[in-house]
Amino acid sequence: MSNTPAELKYTKSHEWVRREPDGTVTVGITDHAQELMGDLVYVELPEAGRQVSSGKECAVVESVKAASEVYAPVSGEIVAANTALGDTPELINKDPYGEGWMFKIRPSDPKEIDALLDAAAYEAQVAAEKH
Amino acid sequence: MGNRTPLYETHVALKARMVDFGGWDMPLHYGSQIEEHHRVRQDAGMFDVSHMTIVDIKGREVRDFLRLLLANDVAKLQTPGRALYSCMLNTNGGIIDDLIVYFLDDTLFRVVANAATRERDLAWIRNSAELFGGLQIVPRDELAMIAVQGPKAKEKVCRALGDPVRPAEKLKPFHSMTVGEIFISTTGYTGEEGFELIMPSQAARDIWEALRERDVAPAGLGARDTLRLEAGMCLYGQDMDETTTPLESGLGWTVAFDPPDRKFIGRDVLEKQRASGAPRTLVGLVLEEKGVLRSRQKVLCEALGDGEITSGGFSPTLNRSIALARVPAGVSPGMRCRVDVRGKLLEARVVKYPFVRNGKSCLA
Repeated sequence: MSNTPAELKYTKSHEWVRREPDGTVTVGITDHAQELMGDLVYVELPEAGRQVSSGKECAVVESVKAASEVYAPVSGEIVAANTALGDTPELINKDPYGEGWMFKIRPSDPKEIDALLDAAAYEAQVAAEKH
Repeated sequence: MGNRTPLYETHVALKARMVDFGGWDMPLHYGSQIEEHHRVRQDAGMFDVSHMTIVDIKGREVRDFLRLLLANDVAKLQTPGRALYSCMLNTNGGIIDDLIVYFLDDTLFRVVANAATRERDLAWIRNSAELFGGLQIVPRDELAMIAVQGPKAKEKVCRALGDPVRPAEKLKPFHSMTVGEIFISTTGYTGEEGFELIMPSQAARDIWEALRERDVAPAGLGARDTLRLEAGMCLYGQDMDETTTPLESGLGWTVAFDPPDRKFIGRDVLEKQRASGAPRTLVGLVLEEKGVLRSRQKVLCEALGDGEITSGGFSPTLNRSIALARVPAGVSPGMRCRVDVRGKLLEARVVKYPFVRNGKSCLA
């Protein structure tokens, strides 16, 4: 069974979002998503300074199996990316909510965060996908 | 629900991630595909390949029939137990399937072919056999098959299955023997030493468990694919199919043009293609940048034109991306090309394959 921390927000496309005290959000892919993809071997991250729009592709994760797009959960400016993933993309498999974080966004409209799924809603969606 | 092998329950109990493969529910991996890959390269792993098509062909004229049916020449098989890799071609020289054929005795040969091509293969074999009197084409669906591969595979199989199997440890590559109800061959799809074991379905689970007790790691189709790609082995339906000839698929070495008077299906077209030169060729690519090559990506070979990746992926042994690509004739090892990966042009080097053999990199 995959892990879905209650304190995070989620998207239908399997990203997770954590609000940070400085007003930014940290983004990664969920435990469920990494499990589906299998061993990750390459990650393409957005550069700091880039403007992203919610729902639009802004990163790519590639597993032994296939490439998958990662979408920006909210609009805003990329303020950091997890460069450790360049040499060790498997951090996402090992610790998807911790060391496997992907990038940080300074949201242009913080209200977009509230509109994201909570853990229960995300789990319900995952369960529905299985059937 | 797809077809299930006799080991289906075993895979589920091992928490395998099951996927559909050519109509079969098969294990993709049992946790980590990369770990399974390394286990095969460094020690021993086992694959349930019971979905493969096993067909016995019996009759007095079986050798003559196979000399017509296959592009490689079964006349090379002179001692019982010998095995041969071959393509089976249509009349245009296109590949209907690739397979391994075993010479068991003068009236019995065994063919092991792909799973997804089963119906097409059987129809083609039966149809081609009509010219020969009294041949029996017998699919052996009651048999299961386990491939045990890796530097320690042979030793572990012999220990797990006991003394009667010992002599198999001395078999050279592409040989086979039958011990009791188990057919043992020194063939595989990983570029490592090992065995492929064919047995009655009801024996499969016990053999699997005996191998597990010897610490042979269950490995899924995912690892099987990265291992065969590193070994530079073609995958039917991806690297070749009915629209490509063996000469365009890096499989010219499997076509026996000698003796010149042997007629085999597809020969005329291949003769012409050999004389004029095949317009396309299969090469290996190594990505020089970060990223992952995938099948169907476009390969740009400067003045020589464009080609396409047929199989691409990440090589766990080399820790970089590799691929097989069908490119215009003239593209050769040492050259450089660029691959269109989601709109970005990434640098790749053309290399000879295999990329990895017996656990070691073959790259210069």
